[in-house]
Amino acid sequence: MNARNAQADAGFVRIDRLTKRFDDVAAVDNVSIEIAKGEIFALLGSSGCGKSTLLRMLAGFETPSEGTIYLEGQPVSAMQPYNRPINMMFQSYALFPHLTVWDNIAFGLKREGMPKAQIEERVEEMLRIVQLKKFVKRKPHQLSGGQQQRVALARALAKRPKLLLLDEPLGALDAKLREETQMELKNIIKNVGVTCVLVTHDQDEAMTMADRIAIMSEGRFRQVGLPFEIYETPNCRFVADFIGKVNLFDGALTEDAPDYCVVTTPEGVFYVNHGVTGTEGMDVTVAVRPEKIGLSSSAPTDTSRNAVTGTIVTNSYYGSASIYHVQLATGKRVLVSCEHSSRHDEHFQRDDPVWLCWEPESLVVLRS
Amino acid sequence: MSAVTRIVGDLRQGWGRYTVIGVPYLFLIVLFTIPFLVVLRLSFSQADGASFADLTSYTDGILHIQIKLANYIYLATDDLYAETYLSSLKFAAINTGLCLFIGYPFAYFMVRSPVSMRPALLMLVSLPFWTSFLLRVYAWQGLLDDEGIINGLLMWVGIIEEPIQMLRTSFSLIVGMVYTYLPFMILPLYSNLVKMDMRLLEAAKDLGCGPLKAFWLITVPLSKNGIIAGSMLVFIPSVGEYVIPTLLGGPDNLMIGRVLWDEFFANNDWPMASSVAVTMVLLILAPLVIFNRYQSQTGGDR
Amino acid sequence: MDSRFGRFWLAMGYAFLYIPILTLVVLSFNESKLVSVWGGFSLKWYGVLAKDEAVIDALFLTLRIAFFSATAAVILGTLAAFAMVRYPRFFGRTTFSAHLNAPLVVPEVITGLSLLLFFVMIQNLLGPVEEWGPFLTLFKNTFGFPEERGAFTIWAGHASIGMAFAAVVIQSRLIEMDKSLEEAAMDLGCKPFQVFYLVTFPQIVPALLSAWLLTFTISMDDVVTTAFLSGPASTTLPVLIMGKARLGLDPTINAIATITVAIVACAVFAGSLYMFRQEKKLAAEAAAAYRDAD
Repeated sequence: MNARNAQADAGFVRIDRLTKRFDDVAAVDNVSIEIAKGEIFALLGSSGCGKSTLLRMLAGFETPSEGTIYLEGQPVSAMQPYNRPINMMFQSYALFPHLTVWDNIAFGLKREGMPKAQIEERVEEMLRIVQLKKFVKRKPHQLSGGQQQRVALARALAKRPKLLLLDEPLGALDAKLREETQMELKNIIKNVGVTCVLVTHDQDEAMTMADRIAIMSEGRFRQVGLPFEIYETPNCRFVADFIGKVNLFDGALTEDAPDYCVVTTPEGVFYVNHGVTGTEGMDVTVAVRPEKIGLSSSAPTDTSRNAVTGTIVTNSYYGSASIYHVQLATGKRVLVSCEHSSRHDEHFQRDDPVWLCWEPESLVVLRS
Repeated sequence: MSAVTRIVGDLRQGWGRYTVIGVPYLFLIVLFTIPFLVVLRLSFSQADGASFADLTSYTDGILHIQIKLANYIYLATDDLYAETYLSSLKFAAINTGLCLFIGYPFAYFMVRSPVSMRPALLMLVSLPFWTSFLLRVYAWQGLLDDEGIINGLLMWVGIIEEPIQMLRTSFSLIVGMVYTYLPFMILPLYSNLVKMDMRLLEAAKDLGCGPLKAFWLITVPLSKNGIIAGSMLVFIPSVGEYVIPTLLGGPDNLMIGRVLWDEFFANNDWPMASSVAVTMVLLILAPLVIFNRYQSQTGGDR
Repeated sequence: MDSRFGRFWLAMGYAFLYIPILTLVVLSFNESKLVSVWGGFSLKWYGVLAKDEAVIDALFLTLRIAFFSATAAVILGTLAAFAMVRYPRFFGRTTFSAHLNAPLVVPEVITGLSLLLFFVMIQNLLGPVEEWGPFLTLFKNTFGFPEERGAFTIWAGHASIGMAFAAVVIQSRLIEMDKSLEEAAMDLGCKPFQVFYLVTFPQIVPALLSAWLLTFTISMDDVVTTAFLSGPASTTLPVLIMGKARLGLDPTINAIATITVAIVACAVFAGSLYMFRQEKKLAAEAAAAYRDAD
């Protein structure tokens, strides 16, 4: 692939300063992003964060107040939904209850005026991809939830859209089915090679399915990055708190060097192995994930590690791990998760005094 | 380019929108608003049959507007009309009260019936809607007549020796109204009560309420909206009822609908009939406005 | 105690609702003209009815008006329901909804009176129709309006009342319909009108049917508005029955009632049987779907 093509692929979908206002309230507020060809891009956020509005603007059900959407360099935001080469899998699937599986999948193809033989071929292909050949003559109510989901996917893929939109694709399934379906869905999308924007409020779904995730709140992107980046190096309190569990210590920046910094908090002085662009004395927050904290009954010998003392408040044993709430001298409670890699791991009980320690590299300094 | 396509698209969508809204709107204005304005206008005219004397005239550069309040003044001063309005309200209120008294327990026991039986019970309540209302009212003539079934039965058993006059009395009027309007009370109450969470009653019992107390403290307050809706559905149309008072009511049971009818068909006094109609609308509007205000208030609470 | 009292109350209630109807049915087979005397089983009142040309004519007129007014009411009611459900904002929406609901609460005497006065006014305003050209003349010759009142004016009145009822029924179906179905259709390439006839229409057919039946029944049943709007040559069945009933008991009314009840009973029985079968079928298919879900 030459450089020119790679350039075009990178900006396959380009959202440029997109804003949608309802009654002066901005549901989507000046959002810009580029999505590469073949990428699965997840919009993750709690309800009302604007992710659905953004998706509906991509589909064409909402008209942007400002900004433009480009698909392969062409503006599409003024096109009617029925003219866009974009198809959507709806949250409740929106399968037409009066049509059979076959007719549901062929629905969009018939609107295109595709020749009959070709429609049959395409529907056949879709049925093979989603493994629903046995059920062609059934109506939606005669299918289980998982089967309905696959019909909805086949119907959205049948027109070979340039962009596939998934609105909470697994939201209507029960927890057990969700896990298997997640992988299956990702496989199908990757095999077909379609570019995909997915909206979800479930972080596990976003993490496992997406190549890249955008965390949304109040109509804006808070952070865009690979799942790994979002979890390990959140860029603000909101993202750190939203994804996974986290312990946050508020304090002040007391020392700032290019490759390390020191943050003084009421709970202790913490060494962090990355620099911060800021002034000494500014208020910052230090974040540490529960699984990065080690517990021991004696003081750690390695003085380069950050260490504080506390008392166990609650202990919950989950088999593979234990979760502890530890109260520090300042009264602050810290969540600690200990993976049991050995059968003889130390177990702590309520009121046990403990040492908590973690590596400088496990910390992230957040400035907002 | 894109702006042009958008405008064309908007216009194309707009065409559908104007049809969907415009056609029924026009129909309603022509067959509802304008006719009512005609009534309103005629109510300010004199009693000269079917002619429409103009209320406004333009002479000598001055716009003259004549409003003849004679009909309204007559309405306000004549005892007969005041009495008629009052007695219409009275019968409507009695009807509503009785429908509630019979219909509430009825709806409640329907809801407490086995789930499998409920559709059948519900259908049996709404079934009479599909048979002629006129014929059902007529049936009471046969039942309540001096030589009717009930009198015949009572005399045959020997409880009475002479027939009791039931037809063309307040009694037959009320029976006919309750009979006609009872389903209108039961259906909204049922659909309200059926949504109630039965665990609330269990919770009340758990907290020390007896069944009657739980009913009074939990069920009744929660079904307030159903009670109001049912009462409106019964009260409002029964104020203007014509068929039931004509077929079952006595000569002294004054009902406004019947007076309007007589004013129009027997006395041929169209302006007077119009004034009666306008006053009747105002009479009905009052509870509706109160109801709407109440609804928007409670709507705001939730 | 609770349930025994409940059953008693329900039984009394249903008896109250159904005994009058049953007496009509029984009395229609009574040889005697007197209500309290059982003169033996006889079909003679049906014979009288069959020979009564006024009744037969009235019946056909009523059916014709009911058919056309129900059809008009459903079309207009569908449009009105769409306007209310699909367009949350348009100029005069509050007024529109008030207008739409008004026929539900305004007493029939007022609807009838106002429509009559309106038609009279048009008649007076237009004067002799022939002066207005061939179109209106043709209209007059076809419908009899505005020269005189009759089937056309009754139809217009019934259609405007029926429209309100039809709108209520269709509106509730539209509200509960999943809006994403229409969006999905559009997403897959349907233009707005295609969305309607390929997706929305098949979804609301049951509601349209029940709205049609309801407005048909309302029109068949209406006395008061019809009496205001009918002319000398257009007596509908309810107006005819009302006239007879005002004069006292008439056994032919019993026969009419029995025929009505029989038709309704058959329709309801067939309808519920169909629904019952359909439900069973759906349940069986859904169960099968979950059994062989992989």
